[in-house]
Amino acid sequence: MEALTLLAWMFDGLLGLGLLWLAWRALTCPDLFRAIVLFIAFGLLMALAWVRLDAPDVALAEAAIGAGLTGALLMAALAKLHPTETNDNLSVQAEISRPKGRLLQWLPVVALLLVSAGLGYVVLSLPPYVTGLSAEVAANLKTSGVDNPVTAVLLNFRGYDTLLEMVVLLLALLGVWSLGGTELHRDTAPGIVLDTLARVLVPLLILVAAYLLWVGGHAPGGAFQAGAVLGAAGVLLLLAGWRPRVGLMAWPLRLMLVAGPGAFVIIAALLYMIEGQLLEFPTAQAGILILVLETAATVSIGLTLAALFLGGRPRNDKGLT
Amino acid sequence: MQTLYLALAVFLLLNLGAGMWRVLRGPSAADRMLAAQLFGTTAVAILLLLAQAHGNAALRDVALLFALLAAVTAVAFVRRAWEQGASDDAG
Amino acid sequence: MMLVDVLCAVLLIAGAVFFLAGTLGLLRFPDVYTRLHALTKADNVGLGLMMAGLALQAGSWAVVGKLLLIWLLVLLAGASVAHLVASGALKRGIRLWKR
Repeated sequence: MEALTLLAWMFDGLLGLGLLWLAWRALTCPDLFRAIVLFIAFGLLMALAWVRLDAPDVALAEAAIGAGLTGALLMAALAKLHPTETNDNLSVQAEISRPKGRLLQWLPVVALLLVSAGLGYVVLSLPPYVTGLSAEVAANLKTSGVDNPVTAVLLNFRGYDTLLEMVVLLLALLGVWSLGGTELHRDTAPGIVLDTLARVLVPLLILVAAYLLWVGGHAPGGAFQAGAVLGAAGVLLLLAGWRPRVGLMAWPLRLMLVAGPGAFVIIAALLYMIEGQLLEFPTAQAGILILVLETAATVSIGLTLAALFLGGRPRNDKGLT
Repeated sequence: MQTLYLALAVFLLLNLGAGMWRVLRGPSAADRMLAAQLFGTTAVAILLLLAQAHGNAALRDVALLFALLAAVTAVAFVRRAWEQGASDDAG
Repeated sequence: MMLVDVLCAVLLIAGAVFFLAGTLGLLRFPDVYTRLHALTKADNVGLGLMMAGLALQAGSWAVVGKLLLIWLLVLLAGASVAHLVASGALKRGIRLWKR
């Protein structure tokens, strides 16, 4: 047993040190491309950390969104910053502005050290085995309609939070759209390798998204993870040069984007009229309702992420759609 | 067997750390992206080892996700940061 | 049972050796193309050997199927990305190393 715990400690220790070092290098690197790659590596290590902390659902979301999609978004953003070509090095130098005066430079460091010390003290003074709310969740799991406690909390016990999160995603997209339009013209033609890769991976990604959606009922998975995978499929399609028909970019796109929060709101309103409580699922129908909500949420999240990658409101020759 | 799985996981993590050097050094952008590919594959291996060590089948799903999304990130690099960056400079 | 364990251990360690070889190649080889070569081939073989070892210990055929799927995906993605990066590097004029 000794060797096992020693190895576990080594693994966790290396992981923690690696995370800290990566975060420091990613933040202080003046070359933005290097910082992006370090950030992607940070996302991967973070997903491993979630796995070690016994939270596979969060690890799934971190891998999909934090490492994969955010990396792609940052690369696309970097391209628009006109990187300079020096010896095949894509470097965009970040402008690091330092405040004047030694005191102002050291003030943030001191503040951060104090906050870290405070957090450390709070964490260390917690009782060693805290069950939190897991006892209550486990007791009520039968009435929630699913077997996975994380999904039960997200979609049933704390449905409000998920509703508001979906609205936040929508607001983020509206923010990006309000910055301007983007042409829907095609990329340079993809070579045969990229074309074939997209043709093989995109259906697979959609299948994996559906699988994650279904498996979220009784194992780690769920709407956000499935939506992120769907978003990755959309991003891959866009990268391979596919563009949707312009006619689809007006009302059909908007309808599908609001399908997620819209389904939540409609169901909440119906439940209010029937039961007198917002988002209180009747036990018999809870499973079906959760499935419907999760499906709508997956579609919305996937489309929102892919639309974020496009970078602006889709526009055709006649103006903004 | 458990000890072997964890020992190999630690070894792979050290491998990953060694690959970090290439991210910092690599003269061209492609070198840095290569190292990111290394991270993806190594992370898949670590996750599969941990899945077997702890008997947690969900970790295999996480490994599947890693494999898929590492590809998307790399393609985003090639098609956006590389190709568009060059054409913007030329045009 | 012991034979299976020994076989599994051998496969896993062989896989780890290949991973080490891939990283050594990444660090020591002289240009992008050779590094790409080392990385893609060695890492994928290493992953395959590790998968074979883990498949021996798997509890059911479904798990073996999932492991196989993951390996095939990594192969496909790795090969395609290697090709894309290499052809992109050629287009941008990164020169091949000649002794």
